[in-house]
Amino acid sequence: MINKYPLWKYLLILVVVAMGVVYALPNLYPDDPAVQLTPQRGSVQISERHISQVTRALDKAGIEYFGEEIENNNGIIRFKHDEDQLKAKTLIQEALGQDFVVALNLAPTTPQWLVDLGAGPMKLGLDLRGGVHFLMEVDMKEALAQRNEVYISEMKTLLRSERLRYRRITREEGVISIRFTNEEYLDQAKSLLRKEFSDFVQTERTEGEELFLDLTLSEQAARDIEDYAVKQNLTTLRNRVNELGVSEPLVQRQGRNRIVIELPGVQDTAAAKRILGATANLEFRLEASSDASVLDTEEYPFRDNENRRAVLERDIIITGNSVSNAQSAFDENGRPQVNIDLDTQGGKLMNRATRNNIRRRMAVLFVEHKVKTHIAEVEGEKVEKRVPYVEKHIISLATIQSALGNSFRITGLDSPSESSELALLLRAGSLAAPIYFVEERTIGPSLGKENIELGVTSVQIGMALVVIFMLAFYRVFGLIANVALTVNLILLAALMSMMSATLTLPGIAGIVLTLGMAVDANVLIFSRIKEEMQNGQSPQMAIHAGFERAFVTIFDANLTTLLVAVILFAVGTGPVKGFAVTLSLGILTSMFTAIMVTRAQVNLIYGGRQLKKLSI
Amino acid sequence: MSRINRSIDFMAKRKIAGYISIALVLLSLVSLAVNQLKLGLDFTGGTLVEVSFQQAPVLNDLRSELENAGFEDVTVQNFGSDLDVLVRLAQGFSPTVGDDVLAAIRSNDAYEVELKRAEFVGAQVGEELRDQGGLGMLLALGLVMVYVAFRFQLKFSVASVAALAHDVIIMLGLFSILQLDFDLTVLAAVLAVIGYSLNDTIVVSDRIRENFRRLRTGTPEDIVNVSLNQTLGRTLITSLTTLLVLFALFFFGGELIHNFAIALLVGVFVGTYSSIYVAANVLLAMNIDREDLMVPEKEGEIEDDRP
Repeated sequence: MINKYPLWKYLLILVVVAMGVVYALPNLYPDDPAVQLTPQRGSVQISERHISQVTRALDKAGIEYFGEEIENNNGIIRFKHDEDQLKAKTLIQEALGQDFVVALNLAPTTPQWLVDLGAGPMKLGLDLRGGVHFLMEVDMKEALAQRNEVYISEMKTLLRSERLRYRRITREEGVISIRFTNEEYLDQAKSLLRKEFSDFVQTERTEGEELFLDLTLSEQAARDIEDYAVKQNLTTLRNRVNELGVSEPLVQRQGRNRIVIELPGVQDTAAAKRILGATANLEFRLEASSDASVLDTEEYPFRDNENRRAVLERDIIITGNSVSNAQSAFDENGRPQVNIDLDTQGGKLMNRATRNNIRRRMAVLFVEHKVKTHIAEVEGEKVEKRVPYVEKHIISLATIQSALGNSFRITGLDSPSESSELALLLRAGSLAAPIYFVEERTIGPSLGKENIELGVTSVQIGMALVVIFMLAFYRVFGLIANVALTVNLILLAALMSMMSATLTLPGIAGIVLTLGMAVDANVLIFSRIKEEMQNGQSPQMAIHAGFERAFVTIFDANLTTLLVAVILFAVGTGPVKGFAVTLSLGILTSMFTAIMVTRAQVNLIYGGRQLKKLSI
Repeated sequence: MSRINRSIDFMAKRKIAGYISIALVLLSLVSLAVNQLKLGLDFTGGTLVEVSFQQAPVLNDLRSELENAGFEDVTVQNFGSDLDVLVRLAQGFSPTVGDDVLAAIRSNDAYEVELKRAEFVGAQVGEELRDQGGLGMLLALGLVMVYVAFRFQLKFSVASVAALAHDVIIMLGLFSILQLDFDLTVLAAVLAVIGYSLNDTIVVSDRIRENFRRLRTGTPEDIVNVSLNQTLGRTLITSLTTLLVLFALFFFGGELIHNFAIALLVGVFVGTYSSIYVAANVLLAMNIDREDLMVPEKEGEIEDDRP
C-alpha cells in the first residue's frame, strides 16, 4: 500500500519522541542558587550538627534558605534569591571555620522520577553562567633544567664516591658536560655513567688538551620528564582548585604542555588566579656556623627588612614538599602562624637535623618563583619574553630549643590572609615546574545571565518566524513541517542533555541556525511533491515520489554539512566547539524529523485516501 | 512554487554574473591585501576588559584616565550600547587586570562600574589559533572536494569548491572593508557558511546530474537552466527561512554574537547567489557534458528508480 507506514514505524517514532520529551524535560526546571559544603579532609563527616550550625547563622542574618540536605558527605543549602548566595557563603564559612570548603553552586531541581531515569539538564558554559577560563602552559625547558640539576648532583656524588676525578660539570641547553683531565678517568666514568644513567646519550669531545664527556637526555626520557611535570602540576592544580571551593571545576590537560582550568561561578577571580599561579614554597635550613666555608653557605635577606641578612647553610633540611598538612592559626600574641605536620620521611629528616643542633638557629625561607614578562621586538615582531627568577626571603630565624618532630609551627607571616594562603599552598603541594597563564577569560555573572536571556529570546523569535512562514506558505504541509521542527528542537535538547554537552552562546546560535536549516529538508520534499504533481502525477504518487527523490539530495547535502561541523569540532576550542556540537547534533536530529516524522504525519493524514489535490 | 515564473533564463546572463563575481572577489582580495583583516583578540593576543557603566562615560576622558593609571596602548570603544565599554590593552598577563582597570575608572567618582568580562590571550596562543583556523578552513574545503569528487564527479567537485572559495573570500573581504573584528566566533560562522553554501550547491548539482541523465535532448546550457529553475523555489525558501532566524540572532542575540550573525547573513546571501551562478557557471566553463555523467551500469538503476 502506498503512503502507509507499518504500525511498528509509528510506534518507533512515538517512542523516540516520548523519550526526547522526557530527557529534554529537566531543562525546564531552573537551578536554585545554592552553597555547597565539603569537608576539608575525607576523615571529617558532615552531620546534622554542622547543618544546624549553618542554619542558625543564616537565621540570625535573616537570609531565606530551604532544602538543606546532606548527600555523599556534601551539604547543600538552597536560597530563594541569587543575591543571598554570596552573602551566605561568607557567613557559612565563618560559622563552620576552616574544616569545610564552602562553594557557590547551582543545585538542580530536577524531579526525582526524572533523576531516576538518568535525566538531567544541559550544562551551561562559562559564557552563560559566569566564571573563569584559564589556559596555563607548563615551562618544559625549565622542567628539564630542574631535573638535569638533580641529575648533576647525583652524578657528582657518584663520581666522587668512585674516586673518579673530574674537573668540572656544567650544563648548557640540556647538555651536561663533564670535563676530565685524563683519558682513563673518562673511560671509567663513561661505563659507570652508562650503567647508572642509562637515559643519557653519551658523546666525547676534545677541546685542545681538555677532554669532555657530553651527556644528553634521550628523547624518550626527556618526554617522560615533561610528561611527569605536566601530570604533577595537574595534580597540584586540582588540589588547589578543590581548596578554592568551586563546584564543578574542570582541570584538564590540553595538548602536550597545557592545562585548561574552568571555574564556573567564581566571583573573586583575582584570588583564584593568585592561588593557581602561586609558586610559594618553604625551605628549612640551619644558620651557618661562623667557621663554615663560604662555598657551603648562602646569604639571604629577611622579608620584613631587606637590610637585615643572615648567612645560612647551603644544605636544605626539608622543603614544603614534605608537608602533609598545614593549618593557619594565631599564636598567643594574636599573630598569624601556620601549624605544620610533616610526612614520615620529612619528620625523620627534621628530627635528625635538629637533634644534633640544639642551641643553633634554624631559618624558614619563603621561596617564590616569579616571572618577569616584557614585550621585546625581535626582527620587527613583538614577542613576549619571560624571564623566570627566584626570590628567597627569611621569614623566621629561631633558636632550636629541643629536637623537632613531625609537627611544629612557623611564624613571621605578615597577615592572617597570608598565613591561610601559605597553609593552602603547602597542603595542595607545589608546582613541579613553572607555569604561565597563556589565556584567560573571565565572564561576569551579569553578562552570563544576559547572554542566556538573549539566547533564549533569539531562539524563540527565530522559531516563531520560521513557523509562521512555513504555515503561510505550505498550509497543511507547513503545519506538518512545524510539528517536525518542534520535535527536532526537543530531540536536540534531549540529546544534548543525555550527553551532558555544554551549552554555550555560539551553541545557541548553532541551534538557531539548525532551526533555519532544518526546514530545508522539508522544503526539498515539498517542492519535489509539487513538481511531480505539475508533471501530471496523482497526489498519492506525487507524495511517494517526492519523498523518494528528495532523500538522496537531503542525504548528500546533510552529510557534507556534517563533515564541516566535524572539522569545526576538531580545530575549534571552547565556545566554537559548542557551536560544532549543536550544529552536528542538529543535523542528525533534523534528518530524522524531516524525513521520518514528516512522513509519518503525511501518511497518517493522506495515506490510503482518494485525493484530488493537496494543500501544499 | 507555481507562482514563480518557471522559465528564467539564468544562463543567458552568466557572463555578467561571472564578471560581477570576479569583480567582487578581486575587490575582496585587494582589501584583504591592503586593509587586511582586523583580527580580534583571539588571534592577536592581548588583554581586553569589558565594563558596564551606570551612566554613559566620555570615552576620551576614560582613555586618559587609564593612561594616567599607567596602562599603555589603551584603546577604548563602546560595545553594543553607550553604557558598555571595551578596553583593550597591549600587555602581558596580569592576574589583577580586571580589578586594576575597574579601580582606575572608579578613581573618578562620577562613574559607577561593573566588570562584565576580562580576557587575556597570550601572543603564542593567538598565533596558534590563527594557524588552526586557517588550517581548518583549508581542511574543510579539501575534504569537501574529495567527497564531491567521489559522490559526483571531478568537474562538480571543482565547481563546488570554486563556489565555496568565492563565498569565503567575499565574506572575509567584507569584514576587511568594514573593518569588523574577526574573532573565533566569526571563524565558526565562516565554516558554517562553507557547510551551508555547500548544502545549496549540492542540491543544485544533484539536480543537474539527474537531468543530464534523464533529458535526452538540449544543450548543457539548457539542462543547467532547467535544473536551476527546478531548484529555484527550494533555494529561495531555504535561504529565506535561514535569513529569518539569522535576523532574529542579529537583532536579539546580543553584542557578543553580532559579528557572528553578520558573517552568517552575508554568507547565506552570497552562498545562495553562488549556488545559482558560480557553481553552474564553472561547470559550463569546464564544458560539462552528458558523457561526464554516463555511468553505464548505474544508468539502468536510475531508470528503475522512477515510480
